[in-house]
Amino acid sequence: MGISLLVIAYLIGSVTFILGLKMLSHPDTARRGNLIAAAGMIIAIIGTIFLYEKDGARLGNYAWIFGGLVIGSIIGTLAAKKVQMTAMPEMVSLFNGMGGACAALISMVEYDHLRHEGFIVNGGPVPAGTLIAIVMGLIIGTVSFAGSVIAWGKLNGKIKDFVFKGQHMLNMLLLLLMIGVAAHIVYWGAESSALMFYLLFVMAVVYGVMFVFPIGGADMPVVISLLNSFTGVAAASGGFLYNNPVMLTGGILVGAAGTLLTILMCKAMNRSLQNVLIGSFGASAQATPGIAAKSGGAYKEISLSDAAMVMSYANRVMIVPGYGLAVAQAQHTCHELEKLLESKGVEVLYAIHPVAGRMPGHMNVLLAEADVSYDKLQEMEQANEEFKTTDVVLILGANDVVNPAAKTDPASPIYGMPILEVEEAKTVIVNKRSMKPGYAGIENQLFYKPKTSMLFGDAKKALQDLIAEIKNV
Amino acid sequence: MNDILSWVFEHQQMIYIVILSIFLGVEVIGRVPSVLHTPLMSGANAIHGVVIIGAIIVMGQAKEDNYLALILGFLAVVLGTLNVVGGFVVTDRMLEMFKKKK
Repeated sequence: MGISLLVIAYLIGSVTFILGLKMLSHPDTARRGNLIAAAGMIIAIIGTIFLYEKDGARLGNYAWIFGGLVIGSIIGTLAAKKVQMTAMPEMVSLFNGMGGACAALISMVEYDHLRHEGFIVNGGPVPAGTLIAIVMGLIIGTVSFAGSVIAWGKLNGKIKDFVFKGQHMLNMLLLLLMIGVAAHIVYWGAESSALMFYLLFVMAVVYGVMFVFPIGGADMPVVISLLNSFTGVAAASGGFLYNNPVMLTGGILVGAAGTLLTILMCKAMNRSLQNVLIGSFGASAQATPGIAAKSGGAYKEISLSDAAMVMSYANRVMIVPGYGLAVAQAQHTCHELEKLLESKGVEVLYAIHPVAGRMPGHMNVLLAEADVSYDKLQEMEQANEEFKTTDVVLILGANDVVNPAAKTDPASPIYGMPILEVEEAKTVIVNKRSMKPGYAGIENQLFYKPKTSMLFGDAKKALQDLIAEIKNV
Repeated sequence: MNDILSWVFEHQQMIYIVILSIFLGVEVIGRVPSVLHTPLMSGANAIHGVVIIGAIIVMGQAKEDNYLALILGFLAVVLGTLNVVGGFVVTDRMLEMFKKKK
């Protein structure tokens, strides 16, 4: 009876995950989709706690289980509620790492358990499949954990890019070595030393770190998405281990969806996934900053009153938000500017590059927070059409996504990445804190174009001043 | 070789689930507008928190005198819960901002 109820609980769980993901794909239903998936998760968890049985024995250690659930829930809720909108990508990365660590810990305990039992299951030797599932959970979970922590540190600036020669080779070697050790553990089973297992763990930590370390620039979203799908696969290998369908469906769904999302992002930046896997973006980006920097030349600044003037008398203003907007928390001020200009009869639109900010859709989330309406957000293709008939483009802390080098300079590390073609507009005003290059570390020729003028300062401050000026016009 | 074949035979249902889920995952995500990419990634992140079920099983089966299993299992439950709860709450917070505007 109990066990059949559990089957139903798992069925509900799996269906809600699928429904949830599907509903997340529509703005109208997304929030409900998330809640439905959460409800399914709760049903699956409660079912497991009270109904799961193995060889007729129920689970024990309820105090430990509930203790862990309560502690995790409290910390998780607090962290998720308190986090600033700008720090959202880091938070997701960190939560992802927790999931990976969880999968790795499960593998460790199960391996230790097998060792205690002398590698005998149901009277026979351990099937290779079980060992494969354990080893996979360990490797993928650990890599995801270590990688996510590094990604988290990089996004909040605690960890700097770190590149050395031959890094790819070392990563590849390490990967091969890990596969070798894993094969050894699976093949030799009981005769393999427990030391090998812990060696594998250490190697996976090192690999995870080395994997994310050299990656910088606009590529962090890709990495988080990829690690997200890794954790999915790690969860699925747990499903294999316990013959547990809900872990399997949940894990594989995320693994597949995450991989697709990753590939879509890679395409948007003209990278191959293989390139990501051996961690090579940052390396090429760092090798070239000197070249473009020399050819810089003179840029011109625009005064606040001039900027206010051009914008007030424009027919259409396109705002290009970037990470600078997020850092300055200027989304509300930006919305204010938009309303002010509209009241003066200026059409205001936003041009959103798919990888602007630190995560795909980062800008959409930020602007949505400030109540900017959807239909004002133009995706890249639309926006590139609109620029031709736009009077003023106001760039707020975006850099690499408007860098013309992506179109004109084959030597540039971002060559081939689709960009927002802001030069098509009549005037370009760039708000930046300084002339420093963007996250990818590449000089931007756009800033030296005759059409372009610079408005230096923190995005929020600059927008506030701009609003005050426009009111005076 | 025989080992592998018999393993495939015993786990054929799981293998089917895996393959079908891969297609399903790709299909479901394929239609997501880029506006929702961040919440989607975050939502998917919460869903792989289903790994918590494995942690609960490990914890529930740990013998009372096996401190390694108890401690690691407990840690796994805490981390898994963080992933699930944090993931869903963060996603909800993001989506809260997508309320329909007039």
